Amino acid sequence: MLSWNDILILLPEIYLVAAVCVLLLMDVFIREEQRNATHWLAIAITAITGFLVVTGQPPQGLSAFGGMFVRDRVSEILSLFALISVLLVFVFSRPYLKDRKLWHGEFYVLTLFAVLGVMFLVSAGSLITIYLGLELLTLSSYALVAFNRDSRMSSEAAIKYFVLGALASGSLLYGMSMVYGATGTLDLAHLHATVAQTDMPNLLRFGLIFMIVGIAFKLGAAPFHMWLPDVYQGAPTATVTFVASASKLAAFGMAYRLLSAFGPGDLLHQWQLMLAILAVLSLVIGNLVAIVQTNIKRLLAYSTIAHMGYLLLGLVNASPSGYAAAMFYAISYALMSTVAFGVIMAMSRAGFECEEIDDFKGLNERSRWMAFLMMLAMFSLAGVPPLFGFFAKLLILKAAVDAGMMWLAIVAIVAAIVGLYYYLRVVKVMYFDKPVEGVEIKPQGDLPMRWMLSLNALALLALGLYWGPLFTWCQQAFAG
Amino acid sequence: MITLSHFIVLGAVLFCIAVAGIFINRKNVIVLLMSIELMLLAVNINFVAFSRFSGDVAGQVFVFFILTVAAAETAIGLAILTLLFRNRSTINIAEIDSMKG
Repeated sequence: MLSWNDILILLPEIYLVAAVCVLLLMDVFIREEQRNATHWLAIAITAITGFLVVTGQPPQGLSAFGGMFVRDRVSEILSLFALISVLLVFVFSRPYLKDRKLWHGEFYVLTLFAVLGVMFLVSAGSLITIYLGLELLTLSSYALVAFNRDSRMSSEAAIKYFVLGALASGSLLYGMSMVYGATGTLDLAHLHATVAQTDMPNLLRFGLIFMIVGIAFKLGAAPFHMWLPDVYQGAPTATVTFVASASKLAAFGMAYRLLSAFGPGDLLHQWQLMLAILAVLSLVIGNLVAIVQTNIKRLLAYSTIAHMGYLLLGLVNASPSGYAAAMFYAISYALMSTVAFGVIMAMSRAGFECEEIDDFKGLNERSRWMAFLMMLAMFSLAGVPPLFGFFAKLLILKAAVDAGMMWLAIVAIVAAIVGLYYYLRVVKVMYFDKPVEGVEIKPQGDLPMRWMLSLNALALLALGLYWGPLFTWCQQAFAG
Repeated sequence: MITLSHFIVLGAVLFCIAVAGIFINRKNVIVLLMSIELMLLAVNINFVAFSRFSGDVAGQVFVFFILTVAAAETAIGLAILTLLFRNRSTINIAEIDSMKG
């Protein structure tokens, strides 16, 4: 039966749906020059939803609607950071979208619907909720990738994203249907309890493989990463910032919810091994191919693939501390990528996309502060102490060693050293190369954007120095 | 007598045709959309068969959700396809290759 309590548990999501509908209607009725109202309202909606998520502090594990929806600390932390990254996306992208005549209300509406999908996905208690949350997120993302309607690259990226994304959803669903057939339940908690006593273990194993393929596609782990570089290169940078931050948090949430239902037991070892193989491939392919890139967005795409490899190392551990390390890593990656793409957006202007690494030549002479922010982002992505990215990597490596997979940790360290090369190349180009004659680069963007970008980049430093509380929070989420 | 395994084999065959349609097809994007649709239908057959033979109705409820989402997915896919044709005057997959590396 539907109870009042169920509604209260779902309050942030219900508020978000209602508010986005109001936003959509309001945007239809206002004039072009009043678009700022949409912008600020969207930011207010995101902030209020974040507030509702935090104040709704549940004890461990509350579920609503017969277990379809679970509100626990994990969903709370992931939802909160997804909302924070969306807030950053909104603030960073206004000047960028304005310059390209893409500043429409639909951008805000689609992004907010996508983040609603993220919130459902990370709080899913049943295979149905996972599928619906995932589709809400990906369908909105397809539209966002195609947002620049007159760009050839944007539509090409969108069709590639669409076809491969649909293939991934199909594979995930096919896996779900087999798991359902083997266990007779769609509920994840129930699945966890019955998975060991199935009389059709082979069917279950097949289902698990298909589901892992689907998860790997959504994470962008090699060898299922084909869509990622093209989407990053072709899509508007504002969209890419969202896809690189909030979507990755969602993909981690989905992987955790689905995979943790398949343990402990024989199946646990099987998916651990599969994830370990995916992790090694992602680390190697991501880091090696990134070296030869000349386009910075493509470089960051391959760096994402490598980072997903590290994230998988945390999942391989499959214990509360491993999950906590992986979640910490997903959060750190989301906050690092918003800085990197924020700087790219700040350097671009109407008629000039700051996309080639050469465009960053001599940035230090033109704008010391922007170069410094980009350097923080690059060092953090590379994992240089004392930045956020370093401790995230350290905890992940610890999780891999604890899982008894020393060889994985060694591969990860070698990959990190290779990775250092291409991150440092960007820093070298900014600080030691002469600016190209005739190419005028100077940071654009309005005041709120510059402040938020600086704040975001300095947060990488602050969280690098005081990473303890956040990690404790992550650990508590999985401890119960 | 038609048993559960007949349905599962049918689902698997449809799924394989769909995947083959996506990977082998080098001609045009509409065939890709059809393949994607076929893939979801294969999943639906699986769900309905498992649900019918285990006497649990949840699988059939899932099928309703899949059908609805598949409609939305196709709508977005066709919208992107129109966009692609307007920008490039072609929907030939072999020609959609401006990004590489």
